Amino acid sequence: MRVHRYGTRAALVDLPGAAEVLGLDAALAADPPEGVEEVVPAARTVLVRFDPGRTTFERLVEQLSGRPLEPSPSHHGDELVVPVRYDGEDLAEVASATGLTEAEVVERHTGAEYRVAFCGFAPGFGYLTGLDPLLHLPRRSNPRVRVPAGAVAVAGEYAAVYPHPSPGGWHLLGHTPLAVWDTEREPPNLLAPGTTVRFTAT
Amino acid sequence: MTAKLEVLTPGLFATVQDLGRPGYTALGVGRSGAADRDALRLANRLVGNPEGNAAVEATFGGLAVRFDGPVLIALTGAVGPARLGGRAIGPNAPVFVGAGEELRLGVPDRGLRTYLAVRGGIEVPPVLGGRGTDTLSGLGPAPLAAGTTLPVGHRVLAWPVVDQAPCAAIQDEPVLRLVPGPRLDFFTEDALGTLLSGRYAVSAQSNRVGLRLDGPVLRRAKSGEVPSEPAAPGAVQVPPSGQPILFLADHPVTGGYPVVAVVAEEDLGGAAQARPGTRLRFVRSRLPG
Repeated sequence: MRVHRYGTRAALVDLPGAAEVLGLDAALAADPPEGVEEVVPAARTVLVRFDPGRTTFERLVEQLSGRPLEPSPSHHGDELVVPVRYDGEDLAEVASATGLTEAEVVERHTGAEYRVAFCGFAPGFGYLTGLDPLLHLPRRSNPRVRVPAGAVAVAGEYAAVYPHPSPGGWHLLGHTPLAVWDTEREPPNLLAPGTTVRFTAT
Repeated sequence: MTAKLEVLTPGLFATVQDLGRPGYTALGVGRSGAADRDALRLANRLVGNPEGNAAVEATFGGLAVRFDGPVLIALTGAVGPARLGGRAIGPNAPVFVGAGEELRLGVPDRGLRTYLAVRGGIEVPPVLGGRGTDTLSGLGPAPLAAGTTLPVGHRVLAWPVVDQAPCAAIQDEPVLRLVPGPRLDFFTEDALGTLLSGRYAVSAQSNRVGLRLDGPVLRRAKSGEVPSEPAAPGAVQVPPSGQPILFLADHPVTGGYPVVAVVAEEDLGGAAQARPGTRLRFVRSRLPG
């Protein structure tokens, strides 16, 4: 673990991988050190924002170094099942790029257990780890101007559900009627970091 | 009856802003809120509001509004000519407004963003606890347009007892304190020196997301992207062009360009007041981290 100063009120923690990121995020949520205001996980890093009136960078480094980095166990029971109609515009292209049939792409996509590693790009856009390595593909060379809300997509090592209509360069496999993001709901996000996710074909 | 104000013209760009929506960054929602948070807080204090009430953030003057009832207002941030009805009014002071009076802001002499606070606060419906517009995520009310009506709320503290707040002038050439960033090793060895010794000018492409800076190029020693990392206000990201971008209130919550340095949040109000063409400098922070 390496901890960098990130300005005067945050620290950025470098970690080996997504599992350790979730582990540290869960450990800090369970027992936040004095003065910590917000914890933000990403792909290989965790940003810890603190109140400089209540703690110092040095004290925080000490407290973080003592944290266990084992991957945290899955949340007991709170698995989110996302029903998907596999009718995405890129399904055929993904099949030909991976050398699989469309049915095999669906089988591999539904066969994995995913976890939300972090959110970014747009409100409620969760990066899901656990995607079958055979489905790892670079982003589309030409991003779409508009991807509809509920689009179920893959890119790189991640799967995702687009929370709202937005531009996007991921490969669209299908769509779900599930509203993964709703600002009228608290919390607004079904795909919060740490959540276990499974896709099922409808 | 609840007082209202009607936007006659928004000027170049105007939004409702408060202190943002903290606590949702891990869900992909940035804090957002006023670009110059200190100016918003002062405007609220001057009218006896809690510091976090929503106010109007007007960019480069030009805003005109009509008040339908008597209210108490204050203008802070960028300073320029302001007329209420027929008379000129000054900044950083509470001002009584009569029913039906119109406020018109000219182009500021200094600074970019002016805050108009109204006693009671602008009472648009909150989204995830914030009433402001996040221009990147699209959360919050639409930017103000001619005809927009804004209700005034009732969240107040004691009546203000000051009639003028002393304020330092907005700097012509802001000096921003920074801490070396987490990805300094992605750059050539001279990068930090270049950033600290160079003069950078704020480009016209700047907005609430960030200041795009024209000046000495920061060269990369390592190529490739960084896996998505969390970003915070004040982060200085460097895209392949080598021209730095300083993140402001509506920055993306994660980013893939390496962060060469991070500007102290205490100095971001000054950065947010830097209009296109403004030259600025960086110095090493001595603030406690």
